[in-house]
Amino acid sequence: MSEMIHTGSALSMPDGMEGFVTDWSADKQAFNVPWGKAMMWIFLLSDTFIFTCFLTSYMSVRMSTTVPWPDTSEVFALTLFGNHIPLILIAIMTFILISSSGTMAMAVNFGYRRDRNKTALLMFATALFGASFVGLQAFEWTKLIMEEGVRPWGNPMGAAQFGACFFMITGFHGLHVTAGVIYLSIVAFKVKRGDYEEKGNYEIVEIAGLYWHFVDLVWVFIFAFFYLW
Amino acid sequence: MVAVAIADQEQVLHEPQSFISRYIWSQDHKVIAIQYAITAIAVGLVALVLSWLIRLQIGFPNAFDFIDPASYYQFVTMHGMIMVIYLLTALLLGGFGNYLIPLMIGARDMVFPYMNMLSYWVYLLAVLVLMASFFVPGGPTGAGWTLYPPQAILQGTPGATWGIILMLLSLVIFIVAFTMGGLNYVTTVLQARTRGMTLMRMPLSVWGLFVATILGLLAFPALLVSGVMMLLDQVIGTSFFMPAIVDMGEQSTYSGGSPILFQHLFWFFGHPEVYIVALPAFGIVSDILSTHARKNIFGYRMMIWAIVIIGGMSFIVWAHHMYVSGMNPYFGFFFATTTLIIAVPTAIKVYNWVLTLWQGNIRLTVPMLFAIGFIFTFVNGGLTGLFLGNVTVDLPLSDTYFVVAHFHMVMGVSPILVIFAAIYHWYPKITGRMLDDTMGKIHFWTTFLGTYAIYFPMHYLGFLGVPRRYFAFGVTGFIPESAQMLNATITIAALFVGVFQFLFLFNLVWSLFKGKQAGSNPWEATTLEWQTPQTPPAHGNWGPELPEVHRWAYDYSVPGAPRDFIPQTVPFSETPFQIDTEHES
Repeated sequence: MSEMIHTGSALSMPDGMEGFVTDWSADKQAFNVPWGKAMMWIFLLSDTFIFTCFLTSYMSVRMSTTVPWPDTSEVFALTLFGNHIPLILIAIMTFILISSSGTMAMAVNFGYRRDRNKTALLMFATALFGASFVGLQAFEWTKLIMEEGVRPWGNPMGAAQFGACFFMITGFHGLHVTAGVIYLSIVAFKVKRGDYEEKGNYEIVEIAGLYWHFVDLVWVFIFAFFYLW
Repeated sequence: MVAVAIADQEQVLHEPQSFISRYIWSQDHKVIAIQYAITAIAVGLVALVLSWLIRLQIGFPNAFDFIDPASYYQFVTMHGMIMVIYLLTALLLGGFGNYLIPLMIGARDMVFPYMNMLSYWVYLLAVLVLMASFFVPGGPTGAGWTLYPPQAILQGTPGATWGIILMLLSLVIFIVAFTMGGLNYVTTVLQARTRGMTLMRMPLSVWGLFVATILGLLAFPALLVSGVMMLLDQVIGTSFFMPAIVDMGEQSTYSGGSPILFQHLFWFFGHPEVYIVALPAFGIVSDILSTHARKNIFGYRMMIWAIVIIGGMSFIVWAHHMYVSGMNPYFGFFFATTTLIIAVPTAIKVYNWVLTLWQGNIRLTVPMLFAIGFIFTFVNGGLTGLFLGNVTVDLPLSDTYFVVAHFHMVMGVSPILVIFAAIYHWYPKITGRMLDDTMGKIHFWTTFLGTYAIYFPMHYLGFLGVPRRYFAFGVTGFIPESAQMLNATITIAALFVGVFQFLFLFNLVWSLFKGKQAGSNPWEATTLEWQTPQTPPAHGNWGPELPEVHRWAYDYSVPGAPRDFIPQTVPFSETPFQIDTEHES
């Protein structure tokens, strides 16, 4: 540290708020994380604004439309084994996506320990959960279009904006999940192949994990605001 | 505290091998900056010609057969959108952001050069898609640059099919490009500063670019979302923004949408966009004023906080663009208040610029002329903003030429003057040669006085109530015939100003071959980019050792110093006459 002293940063540190500001604005990385991870955080912040705009717009048109909004618990009900269960498909999808966050977290944990096989395996499992989520979403869309007659421009149950918002928001989220599945598969494959052994760290696993957890978190909001409201 | 010096970390420098990897598919931030700048200026020339065509119709109505009402609206729309997004945003952030950020903070490149390269090529794609709309059936959209639905996608509006689709697609692509670049700029500033470059030692240019990029990353999502929703309305017939409406005598298939939702989304992007353009200009002009007045910038910390506060507040003033939209009047009250509050940090910046000039050893170089011209223009444009920010004053002035005069002065001409100042200032570093001084001075005076001849009379037209965007004014009780003479005068001034921009372009090319050799630091500036071992800076910028920063960027005319500037790389031990106030406590 001796060569640092005359640059000032290693000199006396003030306490409290001033110290916090001095520390944060010092001549070092503002966030003590790899560049890729910092960038992913900033990207996710930007992406948050995209989903916020989507959800706010949906709430705005839902509140301003004069036609009644379809009852989501009825629209998304399934008859399983003779029982009519509201929202059951969405519940299963949510369960799958939340579980995938669990396997992702475990993958990151094994990544820290540099356990190549377990990391790759758990990431593949996460991607598989993600793929089945997208598959169930395709089933949900098909059922809605074929059986319920919901279209982006109208539906028999009520406000035309129901279909428009539904396909747009779940579609945009589904694209995120699909991109995530591809991203996770590529990273898992490279982990398995040993591409990161030379570098000595699996930080990319954690970065992919950040993205994946974000996509899950967004789903929780979509679930709450679109399906439960 | 452990101070971890960074910047040399993990960066594996790609070495360019051939002409193609050096100048075409380049990952060097300096080359990408120049690519961005050339593309932006080229597309800006298209917008300049469009503005001529607009003015020809207004100044000399019906004298030109090729301008019919439809094409007139298309010219107006494309002129506005190109200037705001594809010229100003791209040139300031893609051009100057790319060139200056790594050099000014002492980094070798952006943190992710490959993504930076992609950013440019995706931007080029956005420009090509936009230009393609001139050649599709129906031509480009004529909905006005704000693209308000329902009229933007109803028949009868020029380019309501292919034109608007390509416009929205191009915007979406542009946002993807901007995000890739913007993530790079923000991460580079946060993570890759060189040793000694604390946040509170960064030149104000970097501060302006940094905060503007954050605004972009948070504001463009609203434009993306509104663009996607309008595309869906247009292409597959959803009704996000479209109410039940009678279109060409027939009930349209739309029902129940909210046109005002689009306005909110658009201006939630649109107002921060003003500051995405203005903040880099504020920062750059601060550095240029300080350098050419041989004086430290007045109130450096205040300037930074003003930038940060303006950036934050820009997200809660958007509905002052919507006073006449029919929204709840209480909204108008709230947004008028925030709008007037945001004028406070802006005024602080203006005072600080003037106080920087106060008793400075002013060198009236070409960049300095443009920088001082900016202060005048910005004050003029800003003052009319106070009129338009108040609901009651805004209502009669809304959609008149007063508004046109206001925003052209404050966010058209002002940032353009800074861009010119910046090009004259940094051209010697970029090319190694000076731009020609005589041509530069002619360019300045014609542009500065010319834009006043164009926009000053428009305030008067606005007070008369001359509406903007009209193809022809017909006969009214309130517009006197003499207004037409004023309009013709404005048109002639606009043609002149436009022509003299070609002198500037000629200067750019001529000086590249015939300009005076610049040396490494022709303006005797303190910031890091002037201390590079080579001029123009070589790939990797700094040679084997990164520079080390010991002081802020504004040590000009320090008492007792042998020269009137001390570069940021000079340690305090070499300047015994100076008290190291920063580290005293």
